[in-house]
Amino acid sequence: MKRIMTILIIVLAICGLLGGINYRLNAQTNAEGSKVLNIYNWGDYIDPALITKFEHQTGYHVVYETFDSNEAMLTKIKQGGTSYDLTVPSDYTVQRMRRAKLLEKIDKSKLPALKNIDSRFMNLSFDPNNDYSVPYFWGTLGIVYNDQYVNANQVQHWRQLWNPRFKNKIMLTDSARDMLGVALITQGKSVNTTNAADLQAANEQLIKLMPNTKAVVADEIKMYMEQNEAAIAVTYSGEASEMMANNSHLHYVVPSEGSNIWFDNLVIPKTAKHKAAAYAFLNFMLQPKNAAQNAEYIGYSTPNKAAMKYLPKKVADDPQFYPSEKTVAHLQVYRDLPLKVIGKYNDLFLQFKMTK
Amino acid sequence: MHKKATYLIPYLLWIGLFVIAPMALIVYQSFFNITGHFTLGNYEQYLTNGVYLKMTFNSILYALIITLSTLLISYPTALLLNRLKNKQLWLLLIILPTWINLLLKTYAFIGLFSQNGSVNDFLRFVGLGSHQILFTDASFIFVAAYIEIPFMILPIFNSLAELKPSMINASRDLGANSWQTFRRVILPLTMPGVKAGFQAIFIPSLSLFMITRLIGGNRVITLGTAIEEHFLVTQNWGMGSTIGVILILAMFVVMYLTRDRKVKGGRIR
Repeated sequence: MKRIMTILIIVLAICGLLGGINYRLNAQTNAEGSKVLNIYNWGDYIDPALITKFEHQTGYHVVYETFDSNEAMLTKIKQGGTSYDLTVPSDYTVQRMRRAKLLEKIDKSKLPALKNIDSRFMNLSFDPNNDYSVPYFWGTLGIVYNDQYVNANQVQHWRQLWNPRFKNKIMLTDSARDMLGVALITQGKSVNTTNAADLQAANEQLIKLMPNTKAVVADEIKMYMEQNEAAIAVTYSGEASEMMANNSHLHYVVPSEGSNIWFDNLVIPKTAKHKAAAYAFLNFMLQPKNAAQNAEYIGYSTPNKAAMKYLPKKVADDPQFYPSEKTVAHLQVYRDLPLKVIGKYNDLFLQFKMTK
Repeated sequence: MHKKATYLIPYLLWIGLFVIAPMALIVYQSFFNITGHFTLGNYEQYLTNGVYLKMTFNSILYALIITLSTLLISYPTALLLNRLKNKQLWLLLIILPTWINLLLKTYAFIGLFSQNGSVNDFLRFVGLGSHQILFTDASFIFVAAYIEIPFMILPIFNSLAELKPSMINASRDLGANSWQTFRRVILPLTMPGVKAGFQAIFIPSLSLFMITRLIGGNRVITLGTAIEEHFLVTQNWGMGSTIGVILILAMFVVMYLTRDRKVKGGRIR
């Protein structure tokens, strides 16, 4: 017993010592003065080589912290006490943060490189005129299929998922808006509908998909699809690109009749302390070469039009991640709906999940 | 006397901060709707919306099946363990898996049960072809029972160990056969262990949510799944808390039903 206590105390002492050293080191780097940039981003969502390059070019020291959901990030920034200079909310969260007056208005005269962004991805409903946000990456919701079990022409459209031949073969994303959105699109309705009758009809449609549904899961879809556990999955393009890198039998389709299009955007929170550094970084990331390098590393679609020519031709011409003009025209952005309506979406989705 | 009171402080602080206060907060939260207004609507919705009642029924059913199947396996195991020579070692081997993180064990089952997992490999090898094992009720109950079994064996084992051999000898001397000895002496005297095991398994089984998602693929929905959803996705804390209150009430009901009815000095029925 005595020996165990001694060992425990030694372990604790070492942890404490290392923690103390770490704290001192951090304090020193922060003390270097105003040449600091605090970035708060999703985990593994930037090419680390670009951060080093930025530090070399400008002399700023980048402090990089990560989060794993929009809600977590929003809660932390709302509580205050943080001094992040840049963060990366998704579309509906930009809208929510803007409404909560958490965002700094972007001075476009300081962002000459903003012209590189494709005009299709500017001035969207969640942030008219891009007063508060700069698009970082975009992607879609679509169908991933395994060519060992399914032919390409069997899964080009959402309604084909209801085909009885796919009994117990499809994995769905555990997200009320995404799945009800799919049902709404097959019925020709908007994914932002607040009409109770439309939602009810969409849910009835979705319940008919249950016999084909193998599981309703989230991040695990990636693992299961890579292991050939399921033939088809409904998931996001970003997830799809990661699965496809690990399993060459997988392919991704964005149904031409429409789907969700999502954006992750760089914004400056009101609490930012190093605005000059933030603008420097925004301009740096908007440079076509840097945007292309980042897109190649992450595998998501870049909204930077000028960057396209620096991407390998195989990537830039890939309709899976850069769908045709016609398909893009049918894609819909999620709008931040009133809490009551979101509650309605979730109640219906729970009802769907309860059906056997 | 005064000294005794100071010893009580850590306990009272613990109970107050980590048991009573959270429960009070859950009850408090359950009276607010999604927009933050005071309401009884959450309870109304729970009681009138078929979805929640069905979910409650399902949860209780699954929890009962899980508890009874662990009991079925644990009681004979505990009996056997008690007769073995190095029983502490054997018991340790049963407890050992509980030291492994729950999530890791669950992921191991994904590896075993998946289409290309060991179980399906074996089934194909013996010519039965591959089957869908993951995302079924059976696999969910199997994994949940596997995880809970040590918590059933332990209390039963302990109450068996406390059982005086003289009782069994006396029963034999008085002419009871093995079955009668088991039925009339061993079983009633180890009932407290069974009840403790029941309490330790039934309540957590009602609110399992990680296994329902990873092994059940959300095709099995329990009250725990709904709570997770309401807190993390919907952000409807009121409804999540309401289901939490229901679970707390269920806990009291189970505790009451499995309470120790032994009267001191009285006859044991």
